[in-house]
Amino acid sequence: MTEDEFDAYQSLSEETEDHRWAFGTGFTDPLVGIDPSVPDGTDARALADYCLMLGDDALVYSHRLQQWVTRMPELEEETALANIALDLLGQARLLLSRAAQAEGRGRDEDQLAFFRDEHEFRNVLLAERTDADFAELAGRLLVFSAWRLALFGRLASSADPVLAAIAAKGARELAYHRDYAAQWVIRLGDGTPLSHGKMQAALGALWPLVDELFQPDPVTAALPGVAADPAGLRAEVDAALDAVLAAATLDRPGGAPMARVAGKAGRDGVHTEAFGYLLAELQSVARAHPDATW
Amino acid sequence: MIGWLVDGAAICNQVPLCRSSYGPYARAMVRICKEESFHQRQGYELLMTMMRGTAAQRAMVQDATDRFWWPSLMMFGPPDDQSPNTAQSMAWGIKRHTNDELRQRFVDMTVPQADKLGVTLPDPELRWNADRGHYDFGPVDWAEFTAVVKGNGPCNAQRVARRRAAHSEGAWVREAAMAHAAKQAAGKAAA
Amino acid sequence: MEDSQVRSGWPLYEVFLRGKRGLNHVHVGSLHAADPQMALRHARDLYTRRNEGVSIWVVAAADITASSPDEKDPFFAPSGDKVYRHPTFYQIPDDVPHM
Repeated sequence: MTEDEFDAYQSLSEETEDHRWAFGTGFTDPLVGIDPSVPDGTDARALADYCLMLGDDALVYSHRLQQWVTRMPELEEETALANIALDLLGQARLLLSRAAQAEGRGRDEDQLAFFRDEHEFRNVLLAERTDADFAELAGRLLVFSAWRLALFGRLASSADPVLAAIAAKGARELAYHRDYAAQWVIRLGDGTPLSHGKMQAALGALWPLVDELFQPDPVTAALPGVAADPAGLRAEVDAALDAVLAAATLDRPGGAPMARVAGKAGRDGVHTEAFGYLLAELQSVARAHPDATW
Repeated sequence: MIGWLVDGAAICNQVPLCRSSYGPYARAMVRICKEESFHQRQGYELLMTMMRGTAAQRAMVQDATDRFWWPSLMMFGPPDDQSPNTAQSMAWGIKRHTNDELRQRFVDMTVPQADKLGVTLPDPELRWNADRGHYDFGPVDWAEFTAVVKGNGPCNAQRVARRRAAHSEGAWVREAAMAHAAKQAAGKAAA
Repeated sequence: MEDSQVRSGWPLYEVFLRGKRGLNHVHVGSLHAADPQMALRHARDLYTRRNEGVSIWVVAAADITASSPDEKDPFFAPSGDKVYRHPTFYQIPDDVPHM
């Protein structure tokens, strides 16, 4: 066997002008050139907590989506979903890194992701919910993406330049996620009678967790000009959801928001039973080898 | 480990197919080989990081090597004298090298990589043969290979069940998408 | 819905990409989708994972009409022996500029 047979192998790792296969090229770092110090007048602890809130939303949600890999209804949907999960993981990394920077205790993104306990996670309960079927997957992703997109739209003009840059990059990804979810909610809502029933039921099952997304919290209140007021997002999110529901021939669910526990919910570190298992799966390897570098 | 050995074996197997006489196969192979070379580099880098880590991590890498070395050799298929389809495929230009040729090539490429990584390949008969200009290596356990191919491997049942479940549980979703598409097309036709 | 439609699932689409620096669309592979819009989004997910700023065409495979290998000669051979269709056939003196 001659060397020239394996020239193709050599050329695989070389730079190429054939940009259909661009890999290892064309990266842009959203944070290049941005001053990482906490802006004057900003409460550093509050900024760290705020970044934990948004980072945990993404980290936990990404984990739930990853659990659907190998379970999707078609091969092409596997790749789409994995891409979405990976985007959210990327957002989580940037936000947790920013939280670590702002708190200034020498921790990094990995220590925050893998070594915090349950009560220290600040994600909303919608993020940690398990999707019982594909309709719930689509419906929950629609609500979450529409909300997070509206939020990131506001944060693109945050007084914290790092948060603004993360939001600007994330908004492009979230627009795609929202579109993906919306297309599926519409297909299922206006598909077969069976899919319509399942999609309507799915919305009903997740709706009690929507209210938490728009509730005020003390961390946001301590960051004027930096954080975005959750209540102010409601109109934009409702408009987006109503447009999709109408195209999907679905009704907006009624019903009361889920009750809190002694007034607390996800943002306060009070989570559902399933969250313990999620963290065990996420953290067990790192915790079993706390001194290891991966 | 899968990235380093399995994707590595796949690349060895598939790079020659990039010049297969069957066009669609050849084109798909080009893209697949590029993806797999990325996987291989990512896998190898992860292993290098672990080998520079704790004793427990190094033990994990050695354990994974012990598990996956022989299966990666099996990926090239049965020995030439037991491969019924090879002659025909080579006559048609679809397949361009024999199983044993590619397997030897893979061993020759991978042994130095294993040395650099610092793992021991689980083959006591593995040694450089200066006369042949290749590595000699021990016999593959083809009975184990046959068992897996026939469905009796340690992961077969679980994997097939998972695929079947995903497919059947997803039927209503696929049907809904088709129904929606049909409604859209009908709506366009009527407009 | 007909049984055969349900069993056969989503139709096949062929995907063509033009990269940032490319001049024309090139065939890169195929995928299954329920409709053209889904096909476009899947093509973005499957074939542009590391490269932004491309143009994507998706075409239902059933809509593509292709020449058959058997017809090669009548379709293509006439150009092979018509030398006057090749620019080098025409002799131009060396001192005529820009030609």
